[in-house]
Amino acid sequence: METFFAEYGQLLAQGTIDTVIMTIASTFFAYVIGLPLGIWFAVTTPTGLAPNKPVNTVLGWIINIGRSIPFIILLVAIIPFTRLVVGTSLGVPGAVVPLTVAAAPFVARIVEQSLAEVDASLIEAAHSFGANNYQIITKVMLKESLPSLVRGVAITFVNLFGYTAMAGTVGAGGLGDIAIRYGYQRYMADVMLACIVICVVLVQLFQSFGDWLARSIDKRKH
Amino acid sequence: MIELKDVGKVYQAREGEHRALHHVNLTIEDGDIFGIIGASGAGKSTLVRHINLLERPTEGRIIIDGKDVTDYQGKDLRELRKNIGMIFQHFSLFQQRTVLQNVTFPLEVRGHGFKENEQRAHELLNLVGLDDKYNRYPSELSGGQQQRVAIARALANRPHYMLCDEATSALDSRTTIQVLDLLKRVNVELGVTMVVITHALDVAQRICNRIAVIDEGVIVEEGPTADVFANPQSAVTRELLSRGGTGVVRKHDRDPEEV
Repeated sequence: METFFAEYGQLLAQGTIDTVIMTIASTFFAYVIGLPLGIWFAVTTPTGLAPNKPVNTVLGWIINIGRSIPFIILLVAIIPFTRLVVGTSLGVPGAVVPLTVAAAPFVARIVEQSLAEVDASLIEAAHSFGANNYQIITKVMLKESLPSLVRGVAITFVNLFGYTAMAGTVGAGGLGDIAIRYGYQRYMADVMLACIVICVVLVQLFQSFGDWLARSIDKRKH
Repeated sequence: MIELKDVGKVYQAREGEHRALHHVNLTIEDGDIFGIIGASGAGKSTLVRHINLLERPTEGRIIIDGKDVTDYQGKDLRELRKNIGMIFQHFSLFQQRTVLQNVTFPLEVRGHGFKENEQRAHELLNLVGLDDKYNRYPSELSGGQQQRVAIARALANRPHYMLCDEATSALDSRTTIQVLDLLKRVNVELGVTMVVITHALDVAQRICNRIAVIDEGVIVEEGPTADVFANPQSAVTRELLSRGGTGVVRKHDRDPEEV
């Protein structure tokens, strides 16, 4: 055990850090793109704040096309774009671009679903007090759906965490890369097991934290 | 004064047209507590939503304080709505905001200062007797308390008018009486003109000075409450009266605990 950690501790620690950085960065950028997209999608639905059928239809297509491309294909297909944006398709920066592109449509969809849960009568009430659409989005829709949005962040994070392993296979580094190179290609079952344990623990920790946070900010039930 | 002139509303549905309101003519004078009563589906809620233009009429005009507001949009519309408070059957309080933050909402959207808003909200919570709960969330309050918070919220912008859409239908008998008495007090002490939508005759009888009876989108009768009750002119009203109040308020203030 001790010799194992002496030999591979450094490697695993670096892999864990890379994986966590990739996941956090791509979750962040996926929200930078996906949150406004999801809001726009939600407000343009026929029953939304500012119904707009053409815009809604086009957004729906973009979101669905984005979500229908398997990540491993997207990863290699957009390598030229990745190079254009960050100058490389390797390492953590090279992974964050495809991870963001893959997750943004997914984020847009779950944001839209969280916003759709907001009771229409609250939006009507806000209208009746003379709120404008911007105020209704920020002060009513986002505020009232915050616990649900937080749960969405946790889901996105866990999904992206899984995707980083695939990015690992094309040179991104991280735990996925280590598991493949050492655990699979060199038959090192102990490294494989260590990678799996670290993944399980991290996902559990993050999901539990997300659930706890969503519960503690939700003022509906105590 | 609120005037509805020949207001009609037609919804376009896939199966064809659905006519919700027919040639509605009503005048609501300042100081009135004006009841609009009718069975469910009669068009009451649709009608009241035309006053603050949550719904737009397909025919007719809506005149408020002598101004034709029917086509108001944008800023004019928002300014108009700030003069018309509204309360709802299921309270429609913001669940993720405290009681105080609910009351300050209509002020926040006008952009007043934070301190000023808080002070105003405390005044209003005192008026409705809930200032001690200012830091609680709606889910921690009873239905009657939630509706009182909603009343405070509706009054935040010092409106001249208040629309009450089945405001007591989700409440039990004792809280119904408390809420109605509070509405009456708001009318008398603050001079707020009220439009009260209800399917419960006893609710109308307790607080309204005038009532209109609506059936299938048509106003079938209108007049001072006592006259309509004593001498109903339409079959619909007689039918409603014979079924008795479906609310829970009894006449002559009988102890509601017994009801």
